[in-house]
Amino acid sequence: MTEATRAIEAVWRIESARLIAGLARMVGDVGFAEDLAQDALVAALEKWPESGVPDNPGAWLMATAKNRAIDRLRREKTYERKREEVARDTGALFALERSDFEAAVDDAIGDDLLALIFTCCHPLLSREARVALTLRLLGGLTTAEIARAFLGSESTVAQRLVRAKRTLRDAKIPFEVPRGDELDERLPSVLEVIYLVFNEGYAASAGEDWIRTDLCEEALRLGRILGELAPREPEVHGLVALLEIQASRLRARRGPDGEPVLLLAQDRGRWDPLLIVRGRRALERAEELPGPLGPYGLQAAIAACHARAIRAEETNWVRIAALYDALAQVQPSPIVELNRAVALAMAFGPEAGLELLEEIKDDPALSNYHLLPSVRGDLLAKAGRHEEAAAEFERAADLTDNARERELLLSRARRPGA
Amino acid sequence: MRFIMFMYPGIEEKDWEPTPEAVAAMGRYNEELRKAGLLLSLDGLRPPSDGGTIRFSSEGEATVTDGPFAEAKEVVGGYWLIQARSKEEALEWASRCPAQDCAIEVRRVAEMEDFPQEVQDAYEGP
Repeated sequence: MTEATRAIEAVWRIESARLIAGLARMVGDVGFAEDLAQDALVAALEKWPESGVPDNPGAWLMATAKNRAIDRLRREKTYERKREEVARDTGALFALERSDFEAAVDDAIGDDLLALIFTCCHPLLSREARVALTLRLLGGLTTAEIARAFLGSESTVAQRLVRAKRTLRDAKIPFEVPRGDELDERLPSVLEVIYLVFNEGYAASAGEDWIRTDLCEEALRLGRILGELAPREPEVHGLVALLEIQASRLRARRGPDGEPVLLLAQDRGRWDPLLIVRGRRALERAEELPGPLGPYGLQAAIAACHARAIRAEETNWVRIAALYDALAQVQPSPIVELNRAVALAMAFGPEAGLELLEEIKDDPALSNYHLLPSVRGDLLAKAGRHEEAAAEFERAADLTDNARERELLLSRARRPGA
Repeated sequence: MRFIMFMYPGIEEKDWEPTPEAVAAMGRYNEELRKAGLLLSLDGLRPPSDGGTIRFSSEGEATVTDGPFAEAKEVVGGYWLIQARSKEEALEWASRCPAQDCAIEVRRVAEMEDFPQEVQDAYEGP
């Protein structure tokens, strides 16, 4: 790649989402909008190495894409087509010819971007499709980059994108920001996509490290953009807070040989103080808005409790247990209960945790989950019930797929009191 | 990746206070960075006379010097810390700054992974 191409690519990364969003508003179809934006990129790659990058590259790309759109729609109109399509495209033509991108106020651009986020994350699409489409249209990632991030093949991702865009077109999903109740209904789907992108990077299950960090940063970027566009939504700030604080631990959660280091064992000096401050500030924004914290806000509040403790022993477990209790109310799940049991045990002694585990131990969702016997073993060991603890560690070792973890559990089974 | 953009205003200390117009334009630029989800932090700095410089000899002996002490062109007036996906993206953002008669230096922030393992092991937190 030449220097000029890299510079153009950088402009593209900055401008593409706004460009696609503005075009989609005019033509009413994100797939068509993306094609037009791509046409403009190709034109830029031809022209800019000679002419240099124009002063306002965003406006140049938009003007070029609009001209392509007008040409294509006029040409296609001459063919015999269904009446409603002609009507739709005449509307689009009108919008294209009348709109003045440069004159557009900031609010309109923000609204377009928000509409693009909601369209990419439409509940009609599968999770995988939503994630891929969001990374493609909002992140400006190439199909190859998305494939590499999710360890899939390029053709699978390409097909997924084509199908997603077709689904949106066939269902005639309007390009708009949902309002009122519909906004409340559809926001979780958007937040879920951002959280999934982050977790894909955070889990570091496989793949190249740089793209993992990139994914976390991309998720944070999308979250912060959403926070600016939808400042009245507490859960948006809650999600941003959660991601900022989790990202602050990125440097501390791997040992020298790449092995995972659990939260309480992490070297807190390696946590990123800037991201912790940012996370706390986002949490404050969520708390200042009316209404109780939602699931993301509560998880962020728990993460903030950990961030506040300079040493693991200083953790305020009573508060964390209370926050898990609130989380269990708004988002009941056996995993939350498991975490609540750990917090209760840390706050009030192992028996308090074991009592709660007794209540959830027959939950079918946990029947093959190695962390249930592992946590139970840990609490039993702390309570001095070593024989029972050993049996639980063995059960946990049988259930885990991770060799390193199995080894650790078996060694605890041999010496449960250690 | 993180980048710092250092602004060298290229002005004399007596001209340090910016005009309302310049501040408004800069505010819009900062807002754009924030809306792009990239702005991590930023600060404008007081002139050098509000600070000082410590110089260390080869023996490690420290000497305090009051500012101003350097050519105006070399004095940092402020900085932005941003997240960007490439050096080119950071440079593109810097080139959009509504500034005149100044320079912006863009530098990538060193990450732990940039250092050899023994250096990483010696690190005891920020």
